[in-house]
Amino acid sequence: MTTPEPPSRPPRETDQERAVRLQAEMLDAPMISEAAFRTKSRRAFVVGGAAALAGFLGWRWIGTQHEVENIPFLLREGHRLNEQLWRGLYNPDRLAPTFAVSRSRMPIANGSLGLRSDLDPDAWMLRVEGPDGALLDTLDLAAVQALPRVEMTTELKCIEGWSEIVHWTGARFSDFAARYVNQLPEGLPYVSLATPDGDYYVGMDMASMMHAQTLLCYAMQGAPLTMFHGAPLRLVTPLKYGVKLLKQIGIIRFSAERPADYWTERGYDWYIGH
Amino acid sequence: MTPSASNEPPPPAEPGRAVQKHPRAVRWMHWVNFPLLAVMIWSGLRIYWADDVYRIGWGGWTLFAFFPDGFYEVLDLNRHLARGMAYHYFFGWLFTINGILYVGYTVVSGEWRHLCPDRHALRDAWHTALHDLHLRKTPPPQGRYNAAQRLTYVGIIIMGAGSVLTGLAIYKPTQLAWLVTLLGGYTFARTIHFVLTLLYVAFFVVHLAQVVRAGWSNFWGMVMGYERLKPDEAAGLADSDTEPPEAP
Repeated sequence: MTTPEPPSRPPRETDQERAVRLQAEMLDAPMISEAAFRTKSRRAFVVGGAAALAGFLGWRWIGTQHEVENIPFLLREGHRLNEQLWRGLYNPDRLAPTFAVSRSRMPIANGSLGLRSDLDPDAWMLRVEGPDGALLDTLDLAAVQALPRVEMTTELKCIEGWSEIVHWTGARFSDFAARYVNQLPEGLPYVSLATPDGDYYVGMDMASMMHAQTLLCYAMQGAPLTMFHGAPLRLVTPLKYGVKLLKQIGIIRFSAERPADYWTERGYDWYIGH
Repeated sequence: MTPSASNEPPPPAEPGRAVQKHPRAVRWMHWVNFPLLAVMIWSGLRIYWADDVYRIGWGGWTLFAFFPDGFYEVLDLNRHLARGMAYHYFFGWLFTINGILYVGYTVVSGEWRHLCPDRHALRDAWHTALHDLHLRKTPPPQGRYNAAQRLTYVGIIIMGAGSVLTGLAIYKPTQLAWLVTLLGGYTFARTIHFVLTLLYVAFFVVHLAQVVRAGWSNFWGMVMGYERLKPDEAAGLADSDTEPPEAP
């Protein structure tokens, strides 16, 4: 119930007036009889109980479904839907923030999966493959270093939660891929990268690979990569978590099918795009 | 279904015995939010476990580290990073949608009137706290919610928005780089995201204690929507039925 306010309102309402107004506001709501109250109360008990039970069963259902690559089916679907959403919003011209070199630090070498300590960087050769696995090229580090040199200082994010600003040096993957454009079918959507023995492998979407800040990196903090940071050549991009930034690249394969991914097989999202 | 109750609307002249406290939409969204937030905190802790850096301390001295190993073990939060992320990014959307619907409903329906603190809110909240601690005889005047509740409930809504925004920032730090910058950088956004979680838990403890203190009919009002009028409220209603004298 509202009464039209007089045009000149008194400057301050008294505490008493305020108390009356507040109570009136509270009571300005639907009123029901005692009988209706009892009916609604009973109904709420039944509906509320059913809803709580449905919620509980739904929760149990999610956790007990068949697993797809080590997580329940519905959660894998959730990852796929999120991927579709963020791929749709992806803008290839949007660059990750860059920082002053003075703020950069050498990150810890987190994980050595697939790294071979006995690998001789001088004897190392990168193997480039087409969609059918056919050999397109083998090249040494000098050939990668002959591509336009790019320096960037971006924030490395680990899937565990920590982050570090790092100065990277390398060649854009897009410049590297341009070498093979005539040998490949058009519009291949994926790239697979693996360590020399294939023990660690990641799958990448082509859009992320062709981004201007996705590098085949051969130096960190101005010095050639150490063994544990992936000498002689590693992947770097601010579009993915560190788990995708494969160290000691042995094989790069342009692919028509979504490539296998080491951590996806262990329950993680395949896309994990930033 | 009781035919007699549903076919026959209560006569408008009769004031009735119970007043609606929480519209159906608010009740549903409140009770949906509770398990959703619980899942978000649970899965969030499974993520946090992988890099549990936060502590209360100064320099090399630590008063409390979040969290002791036993905490993770007892609640099965350790070594579940992959699942933690999977649940977090799935239920995060449900939490967000529910929150947006709640704010939208509150604004459109006019419910915000009951929630929005007025200019006496800080003073009243202080008086409410004193009254709760038995240091003050009478509670300050209030509507559906007292000033302490209004401040807290509006605060928790802002916190919810903060969790969604900081969460999105650390979820897509390149796509949403502007948001990361706005929130003071990746590591700072992550810190806010964590602190907000601690605040939810603190809120939950106080909220639960206050609900227990307020009694059953207040709690049941959040489930069924109505609460029987207290004698003074019924009296107030009778007063308002009589015509007030014309303002000069």
